[in-house]
Amino acid sequence: MDAILLQILNGLDKGSAYALIALGLTLIFGTLGVVNFAHGALFMIGAFCAVTLQRLLSLSHQVEVPGQVDFLGNPLMADVPYVTDWFGEATGNAIIDWSVPLAILLTIPVMLLVGYVMERGLIKHFYKRPHADQILVTFGLAIVLQEIVKYYYGANPIQTPAPEALSGVAQVLPGVVYPIWRIVYFCFAALIISGVFAFLQFTTFGMVVRAGMADRETVGLLGIDIDKRFTFMFGLAAAVAGLAGVMYGPINAPNYHMGMDFLVLSFVVVVVGGMGSLPGAVLAGFLLGILESFASTTWATTTLPGINQIIIYLVAIIILLTRPRGLMGRKGVMED
Amino acid sequence: MLGLNKKDTNLLLVVLALTMLAPFILNPFPTDSGLAQFNAGYPDLMQRFAIFGIFAIGFNILFGLTGYLSFGHAAFLGVGSYSAVWMFKLLSMNILPAIILSVIIAGLFALVIGYVSLRRSGIYFSILTLAFAQMSFALAYSVLTPVTNGETGLQLTLSDPRILGSSAAADGSIPVTNLFGLEMRSAWDMAVGPWTFTFSAGYYFCAIVLLVAFYLSIRIFRSPFGMMLRAIKSNQTRLNYTGLNPKPYTLAAFVISGMYAGLAGGLMAAMDPLAGAERMQWTASGEVVLMTILGGAGTLIGPVLGAGMIKYFENILSKINESVLHGWFAFMPDGLEDFFVAIVYPFVGKGWHLTLGILFMLVVIFLPGGLVEGGQRIGAAFRRKGKKAGGAEAEAAKQQPGE
Amino acid sequence: MGILEVKGVNKRFGGLQALGDVNLSVEENTVHAIIGPNGAGKSTLLNCLVGKLIPDSGSVSFAGQSVLGRTPHEINQMGISRVFQTPEIFGDLTVYENTMIPCFARRDGTFKLNAIGSVGSQTDIRDQAMAMLEDVNMADKADVHAASLSRGDKRRLEMAMCLAQEPKMLLLDEPTAGMARADTNNTIDLLREIKEKRDITIAIIEHDMHVVFSLAERITVLAQGTPLVEDTPENIKGHPKVQEAYLGGHG
Repeated sequence: MDAILLQILNGLDKGSAYALIALGLTLIFGTLGVVNFAHGALFMIGAFCAVTLQRLLSLSHQVEVPGQVDFLGNPLMADVPYVTDWFGEATGNAIIDWSVPLAILLTIPVMLLVGYVMERGLIKHFYKRPHADQILVTFGLAIVLQEIVKYYYGANPIQTPAPEALSGVAQVLPGVVYPIWRIVYFCFAALIISGVFAFLQFTTFGMVVRAGMADRETVGLLGIDIDKRFTFMFGLAAAVAGLAGVMYGPINAPNYHMGMDFLVLSFVVVVVGGMGSLPGAVLAGFLLGILESFASTTWATTTLPGINQIIIYLVAIIILLTRPRGLMGRKGVMED
Repeated sequence: MLGLNKKDTNLLLVVLALTMLAPFILNPFPTDSGLAQFNAGYPDLMQRFAIFGIFAIGFNILFGLTGYLSFGHAAFLGVGSYSAVWMFKLLSMNILPAIILSVIIAGLFALVIGYVSLRRSGIYFSILTLAFAQMSFALAYSVLTPVTNGETGLQLTLSDPRILGSSAAADGSIPVTNLFGLEMRSAWDMAVGPWTFTFSAGYYFCAIVLLVAFYLSIRIFRSPFGMMLRAIKSNQTRLNYTGLNPKPYTLAAFVISGMYAGLAGGLMAAMDPLAGAERMQWTASGEVVLMTILGGAGTLIGPVLGAGMIKYFENILSKINESVLHGWFAFMPDGLEDFFVAIVYPFVGKGWHLTLGILFMLVVIFLPGGLVEGGQRIGAAFRRKGKKAGGAEAEAAKQQPGE
Repeated sequence: MGILEVKGVNKRFGGLQALGDVNLSVEENTVHAIIGPNGAGKSTLLNCLVGKLIPDSGSVSFAGQSVLGRTPHEINQMGISRVFQTPEIFGDLTVYENTMIPCFARRDGTFKLNAIGSVGSQTDIRDQAMAMLEDVNMADKADVHAASLSRGDKRRLEMAMCLAQEPKMLLLDEPTAGMARADTNNTIDLLREIKEKRDITIAIIEHDMHVVFSLAERITVLAQGTPLVEDTPENIKGHPKVQEAYLGGHG
């Protein structure tokens, strides 16, 4: 029983990331009808927001350590971050320690801006082009984005540790310990997902967007400028992907190609959930995360060698062949 | 000639001339000059031009004609490589049986994957092929290690049986790949003044296979079958209500393009007898998509141009490092020199992917017909000025799908 | 026994009875129109005839053979060619190629892997296609890309493609929907010409009374998924049930 629970918990953090990325992908596909292969890159940019903030906060200047000399007899120099100068030793170090959660504040405006620029500058010219063209141009964009990041941050993963207080493990049940940060990540994901759903459900803006997802033309006929709202939706989807990335850093150190790795799986998640279905994307994200975690157990890998490597793809193939609209997709959405 | 019309014959002759004279064309700079690093006329790279040309020609038969965008074609290339290496291990170092087996196995593999994937179209098809290829990749890395040798990759050893050949060469080393005794790695250097041109058996073998593959693709493009494939891309509903079944047509195109990929994989192993799982990864599939689109999907010559261009960039651009750049801009005042180096540097060396990504985006946005369309537009602009765009290259650039 | 026999066909979509006990018999070499107000089930019936939908019960047979469970391309090979509401043609191909494809379909069946021979050497197909284009006065446009044709020419091309298969029956789905009166009249003339030149059965699903009364020899009126009456145009014109269906409530 504990073992099952542990596998479910293990699946939750990856599942959360899948769900968040798939949610953004579906928002974009559902509202704009665009298949965005650059969505993984947005996730990656989010993660590098944390890296950037961490570096900014750690910017330091050198001061002499009074009364100490190094082995050559020169005064010993120590790096002192500016933040400790400004806010005092304790607060300053705490700020650096909490740089990953703090990066959320940086990520939101950055991602909204990136999303806005992307939609206005590129995506909007592709609404009427075939899906294949959309895939291709966003695929090209993904390469460009990740190469830019690689140029500035290098090819190696960069550690972005969780705050001291949130690292380590917690006893979730008798005999079951689990890393605290993963619990935080799951709660964070749940919060964002509920936020997005609440936004779509309870605001007039969200209502128009949902109506637009169902029938874009009719909403356009009502005299509502749906395009502006859709631009904002793209920004929102980018922000969701970015937030998923920024908090993922402590689980997996960010590297420039992490987006591509997640992208392929997230597409599979979207397809399994049902193209254009938001609840489907979230459900499938968690389901596949948990399924993957179960497939990685020793029992599963000894029974069916390699199953952990292919389980998600296998599920996707079966779903696509037997129920092409996915778990919760509407009938007729790109179904053929 | 050979059942082709005049225009296609000319195109084939151009490709024939280009491939046969490649050691000269690709080595325009004297060996000792500073520009020698832009020479691409060494066997290893020329072989890759030809091999990826074949891969892209095959991909184009599927994507260019039917519009089905496969994101998993590298799987067939990988399967082809594994099959060929196994032939080298078990049978003999003669490349002919190895390549034939590569094509057959890749074809069978494509038949199975295509049969399943083609039950869906559009983005679902792309994702299905992607899923299959990633599965193959993951399995080759893990469970199938007895067949694929996992992370290390499949290599030849001295203990391989090679029933029609010998396990070890006379000098005790692993025998080399050959075509009835002609060693693929054998090469002959020709020195003309300051230039050195290398003629390699391996390259010429690849080039001949490329020519045959290219010729076959022209025939397919001009055949009733090719016309049906274009009809599928244009309007499947009409095709259905004209009493034609699109499924076997697309499946045949898928299998043919899978066999081309297998051929490319087999050749790759024939030139360098090892095979690794990374050849099957989806980024490798993405690469052939880039090549085809960059050159011009649906055109005859486009994929070959695209493959050549990307492989050239990969090998030549990536060699340009900071000191090379400083060398180029050395004639400038110091500050200006550093400035230019700083601007150019992100796009070359390890950053060549950035150039590729930008170029690819520009092509998709502004030139959906790829470099071939670009050539056509330039040609048209010249003709408007009253000048006649003559010569073989213009002819190649004008190459259009269809009639 | 007509060439097309529909017996007791029912089709439900969820709670909606789209077709209820439809019986229909189309005589060989006649022009038979199926009319009815919007939502009468005309399109559903048509889709059942061409294999896009399968009826819940009942039978549909063409030239003595059942079409149920067959795919659209199989049904087409049996001799039913369909003309769409908006012309479905191969926009990326030339007019000539468009016309050659049905010729290939007639000669080679649903699939033939002829990947090495050149289209240029298929003289019989080329001649047939060209003859067909001359027949509909489009030979001068043979090398034009089909997508750049005018709407009237697209319709003409689609008809030529259907006729190139020499079908036993031509099935038209509101061929004049959305057309101006002049274009409608051209289409009527084209259909008359087609009918005069050859032995062919034509079934038209139509909303426009003008078209129906200009062409049809028999008319079936469909309302709420069931045939109301079937008769000659003269008798249909003043039929009280028809007027009720069109004017009373459902119009």
